[in-house]
Amino acid sequence: MSDVALIKSLLLTLPLAFLTWRALPAGWPVLARLAGGLVGGWAIAAAVTLLVPSGLMAYLVSFAIVGSIYAVIALGLNVQWGYTGLFNIGIAAFFSIGAFTTALVTTTMPTGVMAGFTQQAFGLGAPFLVGVLVAGVAAGLLALLVGGPTLRLREDYLAIATIGIAEVVRLIFQNERWLANGPQPLRGIPQPLNCLVRDAGCEWLPAPVMALFAPLAPRDYTFVYLVIAALFVILTFLVLERAIRSPWGRVLRAVREEEDAAAMSGKDVARIKLQAFTVGAVIMGIGGALYAHYMVSIDYSHFDPLYATFLIWVMLMLGGSGNNRGAILGAFVIWGVWTGTAFFVDMLRPALAAISPDLPARGPYLRLMFIAIVLLLILLFRPKGLIGEEKFVSRLSGGREQPQA
Amino acid sequence: MASTASRRTQAHVVPQGGESALLRVQGLSKDFGGLRAVNACSFSVRTGSITGLIGPNGAGKSTLFALVSGFIRPDEGRIHLDGHDITGLAPHQVFRRGLCRTFQIPREHASLTVLENLMLVPPDQLGERFWNPLLRPGAVRRQERAIREKALEVLDFLTLAHLRDEYAGTLSGGQKKLLELARTLMADPRIVLLDEPAAGVNPSLMARIREKIVQLNRESGITFLLIEHDIPLVMGLCDPVIVMNQGTKLAEGPPSLVRSDPRVLEAYLGGQHGAADD
Repeated sequence: MSDVALIKSLLLTLPLAFLTWRALPAGWPVLARLAGGLVGGWAIAAAVTLLVPSGLMAYLVSFAIVGSIYAVIALGLNVQWGYTGLFNIGIAAFFSIGAFTTALVTTTMPTGVMAGFTQQAFGLGAPFLVGVLVAGVAAGLLALLVGGPTLRLREDYLAIATIGIAEVVRLIFQNERWLANGPQPLRGIPQPLNCLVRDAGCEWLPAPVMALFAPLAPRDYTFVYLVIAALFVILTFLVLERAIRSPWGRVLRAVREEEDAAAMSGKDVARIKLQAFTVGAVIMGIGGALYAHYMVSIDYSHFDPLYATFLIWVMLMLGGSGNNRGAILGAFVIWGVWTGTAFFVDMLRPALAAISPDLPARGPYLRLMFIAIVLLLILLFRPKGLIGEEKFVSRLSGGREQPQA
Repeated sequence: MASTASRRTQAHVVPQGGESALLRVQGLSKDFGGLRAVNACSFSVRTGSITGLIGPNGAGKSTLFALVSGFIRPDEGRIHLDGHDITGLAPHQVFRRGLCRTFQIPREHASLTVLENLMLVPPDQLGERFWNPLLRPGAVRRQERAIREKALEVLDFLTLAHLRDEYAGTLSGGQKKLLELARTLMADPRIVLLDEPAAGVNPSLMARIREKIVQLNRESGITFLLIEHDIPLVMGLCDPVIVMNQGTKLAEGPPSLVRSDPRVLEAYLGGQHGAADD
């Protein structure tokens, strides 16, 4: 195994080890399960790195990064819709607020020649984690602003408000040049830990550790970012699983099922809805931040309702609303279907050209049709998604005799 | 635990006057558009009583429940619970002062299990705060165990224990009525408002619900105010009985008196019943 393959496989181990650990039976002793996860994860990572050609590998890694980012956002939507029944059809607002916030917080104000091309309200040059945190806070504040007045009303008002706010946010980022470079892309969003793949190395890392990463070339950065993105998925998943399986999640589901009865059980329904809406929005904002740092350069057009709202809904519907594993699974499957249709439409080009010469140019619209068909098939044949909500969600009560569904 | 001997409820009859009112409604009015659903309605519910609330369809009984429990705000009038003004409080605030209600059409949390439906209810659960299950799992788990024990006891008491792991939505109509009652018990209420506990319930289940109401009233000192159309049930169970008509109180008194009140017969029984048939 070459040095490059070794370090790549080590990087891939983290997400794969988590998956292997989850796949091993929960009844195993903690240490055995942990060790099994690590060894199994590394074995898979090594096999994949050695067997998959490097071109395809690079594609798969960037696929997995975008899948992970979508998984984070789908987890956020799952808190709002899956568990609490809040119909947010303006995910794009929270997604883009998160992305632009971290962009402004982590970039520095342009100087010299660049100052002529880039305008931005501020540029703090803060570290990545600060950017992600502030992005989450910004999305959460927007949620409080939108949810405060609308969540007390009937549920359709939230839908109307969110779809409106998503358009408003997008138009602001499109038109207000002073804020985040308006219609032009905001460039130079820093890549966290990219010193690992640069010749200069990270000065804060001890030399022997840095030596391990030496074989990586700058184009291998995606492997590093995949680890970061996967960490966020894992962290979000674990935090939400704990919260959902506790009384907090029980209250959310109770509000989703029957608001009046929850109120008569002493629950402050408006406050609970606002809380769930905000928690979901914070997660979406964090997903937006992850997106910005991956893309390096973002503009308003990245957050159109198709990519930033509709696809995420399809992901949650397919995976299983009310199930965090389902949200993650749906994100990867639908992102696979969506990118797959691009290849498919390419293959159809000759056939389309044979029907009419203008058709191939309109091929991309076929992708929308395919994804709509997927949505219809889900609703017809698996209305609860691939893995729907479990019967026994609450876990903290400690009753071991509770059947595991 | 259950004492089947307590069929007669005359034991609660305390002479009128002098006793404390747990719930007092004064001059309550509510308009829906041009329709006055509740019209300057005043009455009191005595501490420790099982008070019946009857009246023809559209008399405003369910609206009155919605007003008292905070689901809708009155246009006029005050509501006092144990001397404290609760007018205009939200349902969860009314709940915290010890008032619980059930719904005419059961409103169970359908895709939660029966046990979860009950475990939801107790107030001040640590685990309802987002961070506590993460930061203080031990404390949350201890509290959950206690709540679970209590929920199992309530299920046992109401003979629903065998259904605890079923989705609440799959229960029969009568079982859902029992579940509604069970939920109120999880809150240790002082007063429970029951909206038609007998509607759609088969006779044997009804006998059980009735027996449990009496037992809770006697042993736990819970005050009940119940809307019911089943006149024999109300006459046997409740004292006093309040009769509502056209949004306001028409009559009030022990069942025997109410039963023979000509105004009540006129309004409620439509006038064609010369005398109430026993």
